[in-house]
Amino acid sequence: MSAVLEISGLAKRFGSLVVTEDVSLTLEPRECHALIGPNGAGKTTLMQQVSGLLAPDAGTIRLDGRDITEASVAERARAGLGRCFQISAVIPEFSALENVALAAQAHDGTSFRFFSAAAEDEALNARAMAALDLLELADRAAVRAGALSHGERRLLELAMALVGEPHALLLDEPMAGLGRAESLALTETLAELKTEVPLLLVEHDMEAVFALADRVSVLVYGRVLASGPPDSVRADPQARAAYLGEDVA
Amino acid sequence: MEGGKGAGGSAALGFGLLVALALVPLLSQVWGGTYLTSLVMQAMILAIAAIALDILIGHAGLVSFGHAAFVGLGAYVTGIAITEGLTDGMAILALVVLASAAFAAVTGAISLRTSGVYFIMITLAFGQMLFFAFGALAQYGGDDGMTLWETSTLFGTDALQAGGGLFWVVLATLALVWGFVGRLAVSRFGRVLRAAKEAPVRVACMGFSVFRFRLVAYVVAGVIAGVAGFLLAHQAEFVSPAAAAWQRSGDLIIMVVLGGMGTRNGPLLGALVFLGVEVTLSHLLEAWRLVFGPLLILVVLFARGGLAGGLDWAVDRWRTRVQARA
Repeated sequence: MSAVLEISGLAKRFGSLVVTEDVSLTLEPRECHALIGPNGAGKTTLMQQVSGLLAPDAGTIRLDGRDITEASVAERARAGLGRCFQISAVIPEFSALENVALAAQAHDGTSFRFFSAAAEDEALNARAMAALDLLELADRAAVRAGALSHGERRLLELAMALVGEPHALLLDEPMAGLGRAESLALTETLAELKTEVPLLLVEHDMEAVFALADRVSVLVYGRVLASGPPDSVRADPQARAAYLGEDVA
Repeated sequence: MEGGKGAGGSAALGFGLLVALALVPLLSQVWGGTYLTSLVMQAMILAIAAIALDILIGHAGLVSFGHAAFVGLGAYVTGIAITEGLTDGMAILALVVLASAAFAAVTGAISLRTSGVYFIMITLAFGQMLFFAFGALAQYGGDDGMTLWETSTLFGTDALQAGGGLFWVVLATLALVWGFVGRLAVSRFGRVLRAAKEAPVRVACMGFSVFRFRLVAYVVAGVIAGVAGFLLAHQAEFVSPAAAAWQRSGDLIIMVVLGGMGTRNGPLLGALVFLGVEVTLSHLLEAWRLVFGPLLILVVLFARGGLAGGLDWAVDRWRTRVQARA
């Protein structure tokens, strides 16, 4: 089976500080690959390099076998790389529906259209509504995104990523700031979702990670310390020391 | 979902203003004469430039401090063409569109690499560059500018002459621009622009090249302002670097803010009120800006959404009161 997303030999340093060192990872179809590690391990910078916000010093990133290392953020998104942010970054002044419709526009013809009213574009609205429906947000479609609850905004983010039918989805701490009930619900949603879109997940909530992940990679000081099925990573003493702060026995 | 209001505002107010403007020639028969019509023409031309600027400030969140340079460019291309013997209005207009699109594309491609205060400064610098370039054109009057002893013809008619149909051409252009920008604001393009104003990185991650959208907006705004300059040269029958001065760019920003950024009728209203207040106050008082300054502060402080926003609010209140009584 060929990987949807393939990262090989990725390296990045800021001056003398190495933030990513020879990182190689794959994301296979129908899986959730979780990245864990202590703060400052370089998880976010790695995600930024994958999504194109930061240029790596070395290494390649392939999506569906195509080299996207040099592609811009927007080009990667159009090629099928969806992304959700650590901080919910919806457009607060837009309604929930309009937020998703905006995301749908990016994958539906050109947006250099100046005359017809976008809000009356029925095909666009239908796609957006379907994505909202999938995440059980349909009854909140008309609400201003800024007025949604934190959990709802997370779901809205997800709807915005999904409406473009991404081939791979990067999730940067989706559970951050959610209450327990909300994160359990989101875990369930993501578990269903991963059968359709493979997920590369950065998360601190270990309960969610072990509930969702098919593979776990432990990142420490920019390097992959251990990688494998959740149980083997959980049993790995080095990995335990790194992410649970336990002393190596 | 409120597709109309936030970005659009009520179209009725704009229609009303345009109809009122259409009655000005009639009014001038009994009061004001040609002074009134030429003053209103100036206001309408400024309104065209202000509506264009609002695409950048109101919808894209890009505060351009060099927008008058495009008005100046349009005026100079017109003035030079006429002086050199080209009098076909459509041909001159085509030159104006080409020149302002080219200037906008080049300066926009550079300016849009920056943001915030740097964008303000770099657009100001490009504006000043053009201002001094015009002043250096010795054969076209240098700092003093040039008088146009004749104006161009539109398909062989006097439609572009101040004494002829120019008023109607200006009004029609204003109506077109107002209608076009109103549509643009709620189009797919406008939606991307507005979203990128709030969260550019997020919008890029959706797959939009924010830079390209902004550049297109910058060129559209530049071309419309260039057309305003074309009309200005015909209206004043005189072209000088003052049209491109940074103070003029500042005035345009004031019109947009006073009228209401990103509202359907704001820049139109702002330009008309700005010129109205300027004329009235400067008759009464040499230092009219001393009064105008505090007026602007009051509007900015108390009417979120400027005059247009304030009007919308007042109309809403009046409506609910009428409904409550009924």
